[in-house]
Amino acid sequence: MTPENPRDPEKQGWPLYEVFVRGNRGLNHVHVGSLHAADDAMALTHARDLYTRRNEGVSIWVVRSEHIAASTRDEKDPFFAPSADKVYRHPTFYDIPDDVPHI
Amino acid sequence: MLGARKRVTLIPNEWSVGKLVTMTTTDAAEVPPPHTPDGLQEHFDATIARDQRVEPRDWMPDGYRKTLIRQIAQHAHSEIIGMQPEGEWITRAPSLRRKAILFAKVQDEAGHGLYLYSAAETLGADRDDLTQRLIEGRQKYSSIFNYPTLGFADVGVIGWFVDGAAICNQVPLCRSSYGPYARAMVRICKEESFHQRQGYELLMTMMRGTDAQREMVQDAVNRWWWPSLMMFGPPDDASPNSARSMAWKIKRHSNDELRRRFVDMTVPQAEKLGVTLPDPELRWNEESGHHDFGTPDWDELMRVIKGDGPCNDRRMERRRTAHEEGAWVREAATAHAAKQAARAEKGTAA
Repeated sequence: MTPENPRDPEKQGWPLYEVFVRGNRGLNHVHVGSLHAADDAMALTHARDLYTRRNEGVSIWVVRSEHIAASTRDEKDPFFAPSADKVYRHPTFYDIPDDVPHI
Repeated sequence: MLGARKRVTLIPNEWSVGKLVTMTTTDAAEVPPPHTPDGLQEHFDATIARDQRVEPRDWMPDGYRKTLIRQIAQHAHSEIIGMQPEGEWITRAPSLRRKAILFAKVQDEAGHGLYLYSAAETLGADRDDLTQRLIEGRQKYSSIFNYPTLGFADVGVIGWFVDGAAICNQVPLCRSSYGPYARAMVRICKEESFHQRQGYELLMTMMRGTDAQREMVQDAVNRWWWPSLMMFGPPDDASPNSARSMAWKIKRHSNDELRRRFVDMTVPQAEKLGVTLPDPELRWNEESGHHDFGTPDWDELMRVIKGDGPCNDRRMERRRTAHEEGAWVREAATAHAAKQAARAEKGTAA
Protein backbone atom coordinates (compact mmCIF):
# COMPACT_ATOMS: atom_id res chain seq x y z
CA MET A 1 0.00 0.00 0.00
CA THR A 2 1.37 3.36 -0.97
CA PRO A 3 0.17 6.73 0.34
CA GLU A 4 -0.71 7.83 -3.21
CA ASN A 5 -2.92 4.82 -3.66
CA PRO A 6 -4.55 3.86 -0.43
CA ARG A 7 -6.11 0.54 -1.23
CA ASP A 8 -8.73 -1.17 0.78
CA PRO A 9 -7.52 -4.75 1.16
CA GLU A 10 -11.17 -5.84 1.03
CA LYS A 11 -11.53 -4.39 -2.43
CA GLN A 12 -8.29 -5.75 -3.76
CA GLY A 13 -8.68 -7.79 -6.87
CA TRP A 14 -10.93 -10.61 -7.89
CA PRO A 15 -9.94 -14.14 -6.95
CA LEU A 16 -7.70 -16.17 -9.23
CA TYR A 17 -9.22 -19.05 -11.22
CA GLU A 18 -7.45 -21.84 -13.08
CA VAL A 19 -8.88 -22.65 -16.49
CA PHE A 20 -9.16 -26.10 -18.11
CA VAL A 21 -10.30 -26.52 -21.70
CA ARG A 22 -11.47 -29.62 -23.58
CA GLY A 23 -10.10 -29.00 -27.04
CA ASN A 24 -12.33 -31.51 -28.77
CA ARG A 25 -14.74 -34.29 -28.00
CA GLY A 26 -12.77 -37.33 -26.93
CA LEU A 27 -10.00 -35.36 -25.24
CA ASN A 28 -9.35 -34.58 -21.58
CA HIS A 29 -9.69 -31.09 -20.22
CA VAL A 30 -6.22 -29.53 -20.16
CA HIS A 31 -4.98 -26.70 -18.00
CA VAL A 32 -4.45 -23.60 -20.17
CA GLY A 33 -3.81 -20.79 -17.70
CA SER A 34 -5.54 -18.62 -15.18
CA LEU A 35 -7.62 -15.48 -14.90
CA HIS A 36 -9.31 -13.24 -12.35
CA ALA A 37 -13.07 -13.03 -11.98
CA ALA A 38 -15.57 -11.93 -9.35
CA ASP A 39 -17.45 -15.25 -9.38
CA ASP A 40 -17.76 -18.58 -11.17
CA ALA A 41 -20.11 -17.34 -13.88
CA MET A 42 -17.82 -14.46 -14.77
CA ALA A 43 -14.82 -16.78 -14.70
CA LEU A 44 -16.49 -18.97 -17.33
CA THR A 45 -17.30 -16.10 -19.69
CA HIS A 46 -13.83 -14.60 -19.22
CA ALA A 47 -12.30 -18.00 -19.90
CA ARG A 48 -14.32 -18.28 -23.11
CA ASP A 49 -13.21 -14.81 -24.25
CA LEU A 50 -9.60 -15.28 -23.25
CA TYR A 51 -8.78 -18.90 -24.04
CA THR A 52 -11.18 -19.90 -26.83
CA ARG A 53 -11.22 -16.99 -29.30
CA ARG A 54 -10.38 -19.35 -32.15
CA ASN A 55 -12.39 -22.51 -31.54
CA GLU A 56 -9.86 -23.90 -29.10
CA GLY A 57 -12.48 -25.58 -26.96
CA VAL A 58 -15.80 -27.35 -26.67
CA SER A 59 -15.98 -27.33 -22.87
CA ILE A 60 -14.43 -25.25 -20.09
CA TRP A 61 -13.85 -25.91 -16.40
CA VAL A 62 -12.86 -23.12 -14.03
CA VAL A 63 -11.86 -23.60 -10.42
CA ARG A 64 -10.67 -21.18 -7.78
CA SER A 65 -6.89 -21.58 -7.60
CA GLU A 66 -7.01 -21.75 -3.80
CA HIS A 67 -9.15 -24.90 -4.06
CA ILE A 68 -6.50 -26.87 -5.89
CA ALA A 69 -4.43 -29.20 -3.78
CA ALA A 70 -1.06 -29.88 -5.36
CA SER A 71 1.87 -32.18 -4.73
CA THR A 72 5.11 -30.70 -3.52
CA ARG A 73 7.29 -28.55 -5.61
CA ASP A 74 9.65 -30.74 -7.46
CA GLU A 75 9.45 -34.00 -9.31
CA LYS A 76 12.63 -34.96 -7.50
CA ASP A 77 10.57 -35.09 -4.34
CA PRO A 78 10.33 -38.51 -2.62
CA PHE A 79 6.56 -38.19 -3.08
CA PHE A 80 7.00 -39.81 -6.47
CA ALA A 81 9.60 -42.36 -5.41
CA PRO A 82 7.11 -45.26 -5.08
CA SER A 83 6.34 -45.04 -8.79
CA ALA A 84 9.95 -45.51 -9.76
CA ASP A 85 10.80 -48.69 -7.84
CA LYS A 86 8.20 -51.07 -9.21
CA VAL A 87 9.68 -52.13 -12.50
CA TYR A 88 7.34 -55.13 -12.61
CA ARG A 89 4.50 -52.71 -13.40
CA HIS A 90 5.88 -52.28 -16.88
CA PRO A 91 5.30 -54.78 -19.68
CA THR A 92 8.99 -54.70 -20.61
CA PHE A 93 9.82 -56.32 -17.23
CA TYR A 94 8.68 -59.69 -18.55
CA ASP A 95 10.80 -61.82 -20.89
CA ILE A 96 8.69 -63.48 -23.52
CA PRO A 97 10.30 -65.41 -26.38
CA ASP A 98 10.20 -63.58 -29.72
CA ASP A 99 8.26 -66.38 -31.41
CA VAL A 100 5.21 -66.03 -29.20
CA PRO A 101 2.72 -64.07 -31.34
CA HIS A 102 0.58 -61.09 -30.36
CA ILE A 103 1.97 -60.48 -26.89
CA MET B 1 7.90 10.06 -15.79
CA LEU B 2 8.97 6.52 -16.50
CA GLY B 3 11.88 6.88 -14.12
CA ALA B 4 15.39 8.01 -14.85
CA ARG B 5 17.11 4.67 -14.97
CA LYS B 6 20.28 4.49 -16.96
CA ARG B 7 20.00 0.99 -18.23
CA VAL B 8 18.29 0.52 -21.56
CA THR B 9 15.57 -2.02 -21.30
CA LEU B 10 13.09 -3.49 -23.72
CA ILE B 11 10.79 -6.40 -24.04
CA PRO B 12 11.26 -9.17 -24.26
CA ASN B 13 15.01 -9.03 -24.26
CA GLU B 14 15.99 -6.76 -21.49
CA TRP B 15 14.27 -5.67 -18.41
CA SER B 16 13.73 -2.49 -16.53
CA VAL B 17 15.01 -2.12 -13.05
CA GLY B 18 11.97 -2.46 -10.90
CA LYS B 19 11.65 -3.42 -7.32
CA LEU B 20 10.86 -7.04 -6.84
CA VAL B 21 7.26 -7.90 -6.78
CA THR B 22 6.13 -9.16 -3.42
CA MET B 23 5.27 -12.82 -3.35
CA THR B 24 1.67 -12.96 -2.29
CA THR B 25 -0.06 -15.77 -4.11
CA THR B 26 -0.22 -19.47 -3.44
CA ASP B 27 3.24 -20.09 -4.75
CA ALA B 28 4.66 -17.80 -2.11
CA ALA B 29 4.89 -20.83 0.13
CA GLU B 30 7.23 -22.32 -2.43
CA VAL B 31 9.90 -19.65 -2.13
CA PRO B 32 12.85 -21.49 -0.68
CA PRO B 33 14.35 -20.55 2.65
CA PRO B 34 17.53 -18.43 2.46
CA HIS B 35 19.68 -21.48 3.08
CA THR B 36 18.53 -24.03 0.61
CA PRO B 37 19.32 -27.62 1.34
CA ASP B 38 22.15 -28.97 -0.75
CA GLY B 39 21.20 -30.26 -4.11
CA LEU B 40 18.44 -27.84 -5.07
CA GLN B 41 20.73 -25.55 -7.05
CA GLU B 42 22.36 -28.56 -8.70
CA HIS B 43 18.98 -30.00 -9.53
CA PHE B 44 17.89 -26.68 -11.07
CA ASP B 45 21.13 -26.38 -13.06
CA ALA B 46 20.72 -29.93 -14.33
CA THR B 47 17.14 -29.22 -15.42
CA ILE B 48 18.34 -26.23 -17.44
CA ALA B 49 21.29 -28.18 -18.84
CA ARG B 50 19.01 -30.99 -20.00
CA ASP B 51 16.83 -28.39 -21.75
CA GLN B 52 13.89 -29.35 -19.58
CA ARG B 53 11.34 -26.79 -18.40
CA VAL B 54 11.28 -25.24 -14.98
CA GLU B 55 7.75 -25.31 -13.56
CA PRO B 56 6.07 -23.02 -11.02
CA ARG B 57 6.43 -25.19 -7.96
CA ASP B 58 10.06 -26.11 -8.59
CA TRP B 59 12.83 -24.58 -6.56
CA MET B 60 14.58 -21.85 -8.55
CA PRO B 61 17.26 -19.28 -7.75
CA ASP B 62 15.93 -15.95 -6.58
CA GLY B 63 17.59 -14.11 -9.47
CA TYR B 64 15.92 -16.40 -11.99
CA ARG B 65 12.51 -15.72 -10.45
CA LYS B 66 13.08 -11.96 -10.28
CA THR B 67 14.39 -11.76 -13.83
CA LEU B 68 11.40 -13.68 -15.12
CA ILE B 69 8.85 -11.63 -13.22
CA ARG B 70 10.38 -8.43 -14.58
CA GLN B 71 10.59 -9.74 -18.11
CA ILE B 72 7.10 -11.25 -18.21
CA ALA B 73 5.52 -8.22 -16.51
CA GLN B 74 7.17 -5.84 -18.92
CA HIS B 75 6.08 -8.00 -21.80
CA ALA B 76 2.49 -8.06 -20.47
CA HIS B 77 2.47 -4.29 -19.98
CA SER B 78 3.65 -3.87 -23.57
CA GLU B 79 0.74 -5.90 -24.88
CA ILE B 80 -1.72 -3.84 -22.83
CA ILE B 81 -0.26 -0.44 -23.79
CA GLY B 82 0.12 -1.79 -27.33
CA MET B 83 -3.66 -1.77 -27.68
CA GLN B 84 -3.67 2.02 -27.79
CA PRO B 85 -1.83 3.08 -30.96
CA GLU B 86 -4.02 0.90 -33.18
CA GLY B 87 -7.11 1.14 -30.99
CA GLU B 88 -7.23 4.82 -31.84
CA TRP B 89 -8.03 3.84 -35.43
CA ILE B 90 -10.92 1.47 -34.77
CA THR B 91 -13.52 4.23 -35.08
CA ARG B 92 -11.82 5.59 -38.19
CA ALA B 93 -11.15 2.36 -40.08
CA PRO B 94 -12.10 2.87 -43.72
CA SER B 95 -14.39 -0.15 -44.04
CA LEU B 96 -16.36 -2.57 -41.91
CA ARG B 97 -13.91 -5.31 -42.89
CA ARG B 98 -10.92 -3.32 -41.62
CA LYS B 99 -12.81 -2.31 -38.51
CA ALA B 100 -13.67 -5.90 -37.64
CA ILE B 101 -10.06 -7.00 -38.24
CA LEU B 102 -8.68 -4.20 -36.10
CA PHE B 103 -11.13 -5.00 -33.32
CA ALA B 104 -10.03 -8.63 -33.33
CA LYS B 105 -6.39 -7.65 -33.34
CA VAL B 106 -6.67 -5.22 -30.44
CA GLN B 107 -8.68 -7.83 -28.52
CA ASP B 108 -5.83 -10.29 -29.13
CA GLU B 109 -3.34 -7.82 -27.66
CA ALA B 110 -5.46 -7.68 -24.50
CA GLY B 111 -5.52 -11.48 -24.49
CA HIS B 112 -1.74 -11.65 -24.85
CA GLY B 113 -1.34 -9.30 -21.92
CA LEU B 114 -3.58 -11.53 -19.82
CA TYR B 115 -1.78 -14.78 -20.78
CA LEU B 116 1.43 -13.14 -19.66
CA TYR B 117 0.09 -11.72 -16.40
CA SER B 118 -1.18 -15.22 -15.73
CA ALA B 119 2.35 -16.59 -16.29
CA ALA B 120 3.84 -13.91 -14.00
CA GLU B 121 1.41 -14.89 -11.27
CA THR B 122 2.72 -18.46 -11.25
CA LEU B 123 5.99 -16.95 -10.01
CA GLY B 124 4.30 -15.26 -7.07
CA ALA B 125 3.60 -11.86 -8.61
CA ASP B 126 0.30 -10.24 -7.73
CA ARG B 127 -1.95 -8.98 -10.54
CA ASP B 128 -3.11 -5.79 -8.81
CA ASP B 129 0.44 -5.01 -7.86
CA LEU B 130 1.62 -5.40 -11.47
CA THR B 131 -1.15 -3.10 -12.73
CA GLN B 132 -0.23 -0.56 -10.08
CA ARG B 133 3.43 -0.70 -11.08
CA LEU B 134 2.56 0.01 -14.69
CA ILE B 135 0.23 2.87 -13.83
CA GLU B 136 2.77 4.46 -11.52
CA GLY B 137 5.52 4.10 -14.10
CA ARG B 138 7.57 1.76 -11.93
CA GLN B 139 7.64 -0.94 -14.58
CA LYS B 140 8.13 -0.26 -18.24
CA TYR B 141 6.70 -1.36 -21.55
CA SER B 142 8.21 -1.50 -25.02
CA SER B 143 9.40 1.89 -26.29
CA ILE B 144 7.75 1.27 -29.68
CA PHE B 145 4.30 2.12 -28.35
CA ASN B 146 5.37 5.65 -27.50
CA TYR B 147 5.28 6.62 -31.17
CA PRO B 148 2.10 8.06 -32.70
CA THR B 149 -0.11 6.45 -35.35
CA LEU B 150 -0.61 9.40 -37.70
CA GLY B 151 -2.51 7.69 -40.51
CA PHE B 152 -4.25 4.45 -41.37
CA ALA B 153 -1.13 3.20 -43.14
CA ASP B 154 0.48 3.19 -39.70
CA VAL B 155 -1.90 0.39 -38.72
CA GLY B 156 -0.54 -1.69 -41.59
CA VAL B 157 3.08 -0.86 -40.85
CA ILE B 158 2.64 -1.73 -37.18
CA GLY B 159 1.33 -5.15 -38.19
CA TRP B 160 4.17 -5.67 -40.64
CA PHE B 161 7.13 -4.24 -38.67
CA VAL B 162 6.14 -4.23 -35.03
CA ASP B 163 4.37 -7.58 -35.02
CA GLY B 164 7.05 -8.93 -37.36
CA ALA B 165 9.72 -7.87 -34.88
CA ALA B 166 7.66 -9.31 -32.06
CA ILE B 167 7.53 -12.64 -33.91
CA CYS B 168 11.35 -12.64 -34.29
CA ASN B 169 11.65 -12.02 -30.57
CA GLN B 170 8.95 -14.36 -29.46
CA VAL B 171 9.34 -17.50 -31.54
CA PRO B 172 12.57 -18.42 -29.68
CA LEU B 173 10.79 -17.66 -26.40
CA CYS B 174 8.47 -20.58 -27.07
CA ARG B 175 11.51 -22.63 -25.95
CA SER B 176 12.19 -20.46 -22.92
CA SER B 177 13.22 -22.49 -19.87
CA TYR B 178 10.25 -21.37 -17.75
CA GLY B 179 7.26 -23.56 -18.65
CA PRO B 180 4.33 -21.15 -18.17
CA TYR B 181 6.15 -18.39 -20.07
CA ALA B 182 7.02 -20.69 -22.96
CA ARG B 183 3.43 -21.96 -23.14
CA ALA B 184 2.03 -18.42 -23.16
CA MET B 185 4.42 -17.60 -26.00
CA VAL B 186 3.19 -20.56 -28.04
CA ARG B 187 -0.37 -19.20 -27.90
CA ILE B 188 0.81 -15.67 -28.62
CA CYS B 189 2.95 -16.63 -31.61
CA LYS B 190 0.05 -18.44 -33.25
CA GLU B 191 -1.99 -15.25 -33.06
CA GLU B 192 0.79 -12.86 -34.06
CA SER B 193 0.94 -14.45 -37.45
CA PHE B 194 -2.56 -13.12 -38.19
CA HIS B 195 -1.44 -9.69 -36.97
CA GLN B 196 1.52 -9.52 -39.28
CA ARG B 197 -0.36 -10.80 -42.30
CA GLN B 198 -3.32 -8.44 -41.90
CA GLY B 199 -0.84 -5.54 -41.74
CA TYR B 200 1.00 -6.56 -44.87
CA GLU B 201 -2.24 -7.21 -46.73
CA LEU B 202 -3.52 -3.75 -45.71
CA LEU B 203 -0.35 -2.19 -47.12
CA MET B 204 -0.57 -4.18 -50.36
CA THR B 205 -4.10 -2.86 -50.78
CA MET B 206 -2.96 0.72 -50.25
CA MET B 207 -0.03 0.27 -52.65
CA ARG B 208 -2.51 -0.72 -55.35
CA GLY B 209 -4.40 2.53 -54.69
CA THR B 210 -3.64 6.16 -55.50
CA ASP B 211 -0.31 7.99 -55.40
CA ALA B 212 -1.45 9.66 -52.19
CA GLN B 213 -2.05 6.24 -50.59
CA ARG B 214 1.35 4.98 -51.72
CA GLU B 215 2.91 8.08 -50.19
CA MET B 216 1.11 7.41 -46.92
CA VAL B 217 2.59 3.91 -46.84
CA GLN B 218 6.12 5.13 -47.58
CA ASP B 219 5.79 7.86 -44.97
CA ALA B 220 4.66 5.36 -42.33
CA VAL B 221 7.52 3.02 -43.29
CA ASN B 222 9.99 5.89 -42.90
CA ARG B 223 8.71 6.75 -39.44
CA TRP B 224 8.42 3.21 -38.04
CA TRP B 225 11.56 1.54 -39.43
CA TRP B 226 14.11 2.75 -36.90
CA PRO B 227 11.89 2.50 -33.84
CA SER B 228 11.13 -1.07 -34.94
CA LEU B 229 14.84 -1.94 -35.04
CA MET B 230 15.13 -0.51 -31.53
CA MET B 231 12.54 -3.01 -30.31
CA PHE B 232 15.30 -5.62 -30.10
CA GLY B 233 16.99 -3.63 -27.37
CA PRO B 234 20.43 -2.12 -27.09
CA PRO B 235 23.42 -3.61 -28.92
CA ASP B 236 24.84 -6.73 -27.30
CA ASP B 237 27.84 -4.95 -25.80
CA ALA B 238 25.47 -2.59 -23.97
CA SER B 239 23.08 -5.25 -22.76
CA PRO B 240 24.49 -6.29 -19.41
CA ASN B 241 21.89 -8.87 -18.39
CA SER B 242 21.71 -10.74 -21.67
CA ALA B 243 24.46 -13.23 -20.86
CA ARG B 244 22.81 -14.32 -17.65
CA SER B 245 19.39 -14.64 -19.27
CA MET B 246 20.94 -16.74 -22.01
CA ALA B 247 22.73 -18.96 -19.50
CA TRP B 248 19.37 -19.55 -17.83
CA LYS B 249 17.85 -20.18 -21.25
CA ILE B 250 15.17 -17.58 -20.54
CA LYS B 251 16.44 -15.91 -23.66
CA ARG B 252 17.79 -17.87 -26.63
CA HIS B 253 19.38 -15.32 -28.99
CA SER B 254 21.18 -12.01 -28.55
CA ASN B 255 19.59 -8.65 -29.37
CA ASP B 256 21.84 -8.05 -32.38
CA GLU B 257 21.24 -11.56 -33.71
CA LEU B 258 17.46 -11.07 -33.60
CA ARG B 259 17.71 -7.58 -35.09
CA ARG B 260 19.70 -8.93 -38.03
CA ARG B 261 17.22 -11.75 -38.50
CA PHE B 262 14.41 -9.15 -38.66
CA VAL B 263 16.23 -7.08 -41.26
CA ASP B 264 16.97 -10.15 -43.40
CA MET B 265 13.33 -11.16 -43.19
CA THR B 266 11.91 -7.70 -43.96
CA VAL B 267 14.05 -6.53 -46.88
CA PRO B 268 12.54 -8.88 -49.49
CA GLN B 269 9.05 -8.10 -48.17
CA ALA B 270 9.72 -4.38 -48.70
CA GLU B 271 10.85 -5.08 -52.26
CA LYS B 272 7.68 -7.02 -53.01
CA LEU B 273 5.58 -4.26 -51.52
CA GLY B 274 7.40 -1.59 -53.49
CA VAL B 275 8.58 0.60 -50.62
CA THR B 276 12.06 1.81 -49.67
CA LEU B 277 13.50 1.19 -46.23
CA PRO B 278 14.99 4.50 -44.99
CA ASP B 279 18.58 3.31 -44.49
CA PRO B 280 21.26 4.34 -47.02
CA GLU B 281 23.66 1.79 -45.52
CA LEU B 282 21.29 -1.12 -46.09
CA ARG B 283 22.70 -3.63 -48.56
CA TRP B 284 23.22 -7.35 -49.02
CA ASN B 285 26.56 -8.67 -47.85
CA GLU B 286 27.49 -11.68 -49.95
CA GLU B 287 30.27 -12.67 -47.59
CA SER B 288 28.28 -12.76 -44.36
CA GLY B 289 25.08 -13.96 -46.03
CA HIS B 290 23.18 -11.21 -44.24
CA HIS B 291 22.27 -7.58 -44.79
CA ASP B 292 24.49 -4.79 -43.55
CA PHE B 293 22.49 -1.95 -42.07
CA GLY B 294 22.89 1.36 -40.26
CA THR B 295 22.94 1.97 -36.53
CA PRO B 296 19.71 3.02 -34.83
CA ASP B 297 19.85 6.24 -32.81
CA TRP B 298 20.45 4.75 -29.38
CA ASP B 299 20.18 8.18 -27.74
CA GLU B 300 16.64 8.39 -29.04
CA LEU B 301 15.89 4.97 -27.59
CA MET B 302 17.22 6.11 -24.22
CA ARG B 303 15.13 9.26 -24.33
CA VAL B 304 11.95 7.37 -25.17
CA ILE B 305 12.59 4.81 -22.45
CA LYS B 306 13.17 7.54 -19.91
CA GLY B 307 9.75 8.95 -20.69
CA ASP B 308 10.56 11.54 -23.30
CA GLY B 309 9.03 9.88 -26.35
CA PRO B 310 6.29 11.51 -28.42
CA CYS B 311 3.43 9.69 -26.68
CA ASN B 312 4.67 8.45 -23.29
CA ASP B 313 2.45 10.76 -21.27
CA ARG B 314 -0.59 10.10 -23.41
CA ARG B 315 -0.22 6.30 -23.17
CA MET B 316 0.21 6.34 -19.41
CA GLU B 317 -2.63 8.80 -18.89
CA ARG B 318 -4.96 6.68 -20.99
CA ARG B 319 -4.08 3.51 -19.08
CA ARG B 320 -4.52 5.25 -15.74
CA THR B 321 -7.87 6.72 -16.75
CA ALA B 322 -9.14 3.37 -18.01
CA HIS B 323 -8.17 1.77 -14.70
CA GLU B 324 -9.78 4.48 -12.60
CA GLU B 325 -12.93 4.72 -14.66
CA GLY B 326 -13.32 0.95 -14.54
CA ALA B 327 -13.11 0.85 -10.75
CA TRP B 328 -16.88 1.00 -10.23
CA VAL B 329 -17.38 -1.96 -12.54
CA ARG B 330 -14.90 -4.05 -10.60
CA GLU B 331 -16.48 -3.03 -7.31
CA ALA B 332 -20.01 -3.69 -8.55
CA ALA B 333 -19.04 -7.17 -9.74
CA THR B 334 -17.43 -7.92 -6.39
CA ALA B 335 -20.54 -6.71 -4.55
CA HIS B 336 -22.79 -8.76 -6.83
CA ALA B 337 -20.69 -11.88 -6.26
CA ALA B 338 -20.80 -11.33 -2.49
CA LYS B 339 -24.58 -10.88 -2.56
CA GLN B 340 -25.10 -14.03 -4.64
CA ALA B 341 -22.82 -16.01 -2.36
CA ALA B 342 -24.70 -14.78 0.72
CA ARG B 343 -28.06 -15.69 -0.85
CA ALA B 344 -26.82 -19.14 -1.78
CA GLU B 345 -25.63 -19.68 1.78
CA LYS B 346 -28.96 -18.55 3.21
CA GLY B 347 -30.71 -20.89 0.82
CA THR B 348 -28.75 -23.93 1.94
CA ALA B 349 -29.10 -22.94 5.62
CA ALA B 350 -32.90 -22.66 5.37
